Amino acid sequence: MKLPARLAVLLAVTVATACAPQTSDNSASDKDEQTGTLRVWLFQEVSNKPKEKVVDSVLAAFEKDHEDTDVTVEYIPVETRAQRIKAAFNDPKSAPDLIEYGNTDTAGYVKDGGLLDITEEFGAWSEAKDTDPTAKQSVTVDGKVYGAPYFVGVRALYYRTDLFEKHDIEVPRTQAELIAAAKEIRAAEPGLYGLAVGGAYTYGAMPFVWAHGGELATGKGGSYASAIDSPAAQKGIKAYTSLFGDDNCPAETCAGMGGNDTVTAFASGKAAMAIGGDFSHAAVEAGKVKGKYAVVPLPGVKEGGIAPAFAGGNNIGVLKSTSHRTLAVDLMQRLASKKTQASMFDAMGFLPTFSDVRQEVAAKEPFVKPFVETLGAGTKFVPASPAWSQIDSSLVLPTMFQEIVSGKKSVEAASKDAAKKMNDAFATLG
Amino acid sequence: MTSVTHGKSWTPWLYLAPALVVLGGLLAYPIYQLGLISLFHYTQAQVSGGEPTTFEGFGNYAELFGDSQFWEVLLATVLFAAACVLSTLAVGCALAVLLTRVRAVPRLALMLAALGAWATPAVTGSTVWLFLFDPDFGPVNRVLGLGDHSWTYGRLSAFFLVLLEVVWCSFPFVMVTVYAGIRAVPAEVLEAASLDGASQWRIWRSVLAPILRPILVVVTIQSVIWDFKVFTQIYVMTNGGGIAGQNLVLNVYAYQKAFASSQYSLGSAIGVVMLLILLVVTLAYLRLLRRQGEEL
Repeated sequence: MKLPARLAVLLAVTVATACAPQTSDNSASDKDEQTGTLRVWLFQEVSNKPKEKVVDSVLAAFEKDHEDTDVTVEYIPVETRAQRIKAAFNDPKSAPDLIEYGNTDTAGYVKDGGLLDITEEFGAWSEAKDTDPTAKQSVTVDGKVYGAPYFVGVRALYYRTDLFEKHDIEVPRTQAELIAAAKEIRAAEPGLYGLAVGGAYTYGAMPFVWAHGGELATGKGGSYASAIDSPAAQKGIKAYTSLFGDDNCPAETCAGMGGNDTVTAFASGKAAMAIGGDFSHAAVEAGKVKGKYAVVPLPGVKEGGIAPAFAGGNNIGVLKSTSHRTLAVDLMQRLASKKTQASMFDAMGFLPTFSDVRQEVAAKEPFVKPFVETLGAGTKFVPASPAWSQIDSSLVLPTMFQEIVSGKKSVEAASKDAAKKMNDAFATLG
Repeated sequence: MTSVTHGKSWTPWLYLAPALVVLGGLLAYPIYQLGLISLFHYTQAQVSGGEPTTFEGFGNYAELFGDSQFWEVLLATVLFAAACVLSTLAVGCALAVLLTRVRAVPRLALMLAALGAWATPAVTGSTVWLFLFDPDFGPVNRVLGLGDHSWTYGRLSAFFLVLLEVVWCSFPFVMVTVYAGIRAVPAEVLEAASLDGASQWRIWRSVLAPILRPILVVVTIQSVIWDFKVFTQIYVMTNGGGIAGQNLVLNVYAYQKAFASSQYSLGSAIGVVMLLILLVVTLAYLRLLRRQGEEL
């Protein structure tokens, strides 16, 4: 045997027999206590008071129905949620029973062994049948359900009505018109971005790819293959990256921008258009452009079409380590019920995940109309694979867009590299 | 060997024991864990028990060495650290000499300015430098009339900006240490040199530098270690590694792998590689000095 091989065997023997890195025991608890304290982690929103109010009324009813049961809610900051939730998985003893989580994390958390499979309870839940399909997809991994959809978030095109009128520009009906309008405004108002875009704004860029018939990946759980380098996807990438440049959004400043930066630019009056979510509404209303803007669905390639949007949003899930399964599932259903979602919309503007509830609230609030229309036209979701968390956090797509807009690589080369990185992640994580 | 000397040889160890226990606990054990984790497939799923931990041997290292980005980052790290070390030493030594040549008030001012830079936390310093060079609000662009030129967009210009901050926050250590060394140099030696008509540069090269050699060795090794491990400045100023990861250095790269994407074992492997590189660099440097007949 050669030295390295011998060394490896030696190490293998000592290491495997003596000590392996620590692993916490996250097996499902077999206890199902009917009394005690339930702990819930929800996300801390920018203005959290209205959310707390809705949650508190749900808890009051829950505690009334279950005597000897207490619920403590902790609102965790969104920025550090990844660390908090990982820590909860690592230390089941101090973990909460229920968590709110971003819907792109579902598959990753399931692989981490953190979320409880509640397929049966979800199937038996009378309200579940009205859950819209994309929302249901976002709690489903390999056919099993790991939580209840809490709200959906979807993006559309914000534009400045005053500027469009002043320069006599029509509201764009196709993506070609959108790009032309952006450049026209930039030429007329050199201090503004036509359409604020960001090299790190994956979910603002993907509608361009989807509208051109491209996909992030094809296949099913366990056998995904990246499709980001397909000819159709490349066309969409080309369309999006053509918006970076001195004639719309200079690469120097825009290559590094993320979604929030583009919305901030629009809200502060530095951009004539931006791709923002229904959840950005409050930020834009609080900005300089209040009363001077409108929202339409992001146009598709063909006239009258709507570019498929990314169906973002959050879910509520039960942790595998809970010792109060029945109670926790009951509380989850109450927190994500039709009634709660309707009041959460009134309080926070979060779009309900039930199609019928969404129709009702849309009738009340005109501002959500373009977003509901976008949802109705069909949305897309990220691959339901644990690899997605890694692809997302290792910035594969932002890197691709940034390489293209900074001129380091061609669309073809950059998308091939991104596809390779995605496939590596799919291969190791499934 | 008699049993008496054998018994005696234990005594030094007894005295060393407290220090060794502390070192063992605080240094050896974490390094052992680092090495251990780097041999497994260890991601979030393994930590939280979703999947069993599997032994990979040198699989993580193979993956690392097979990744072209790693070599690119390694090269960038070495060049960037070298540039930082040279600039820091040059600025620090020049200002130390300057300190001995100016009067009390400017000396005090320079000292205070340097100590201020030294005392500033790295995150604060980086944020302030970034603001100074901000394309929209930064005073630098306004003074130079550069409009909304972005300093962090180009690869070299972003590295240059970070280099400025690194030099700014690490030259005080060099300056103060070297200044203390110069103060300890006998005045008559310097006087003799100037009587012989030696220039300032000549005095530095032929008198001060040789006398200060042990001090210079220490600050050089310190700077090499610091600058090779630079993290905060790159992370804050280039927003986690720059446009398309162009400004990644090893430490930030390890962080992105280990914590951002939860590949703890791969991150550990990078840590081990960094440790080995630094050990080799330091040992080689000391060896070189010893060969030239100098004891540290």
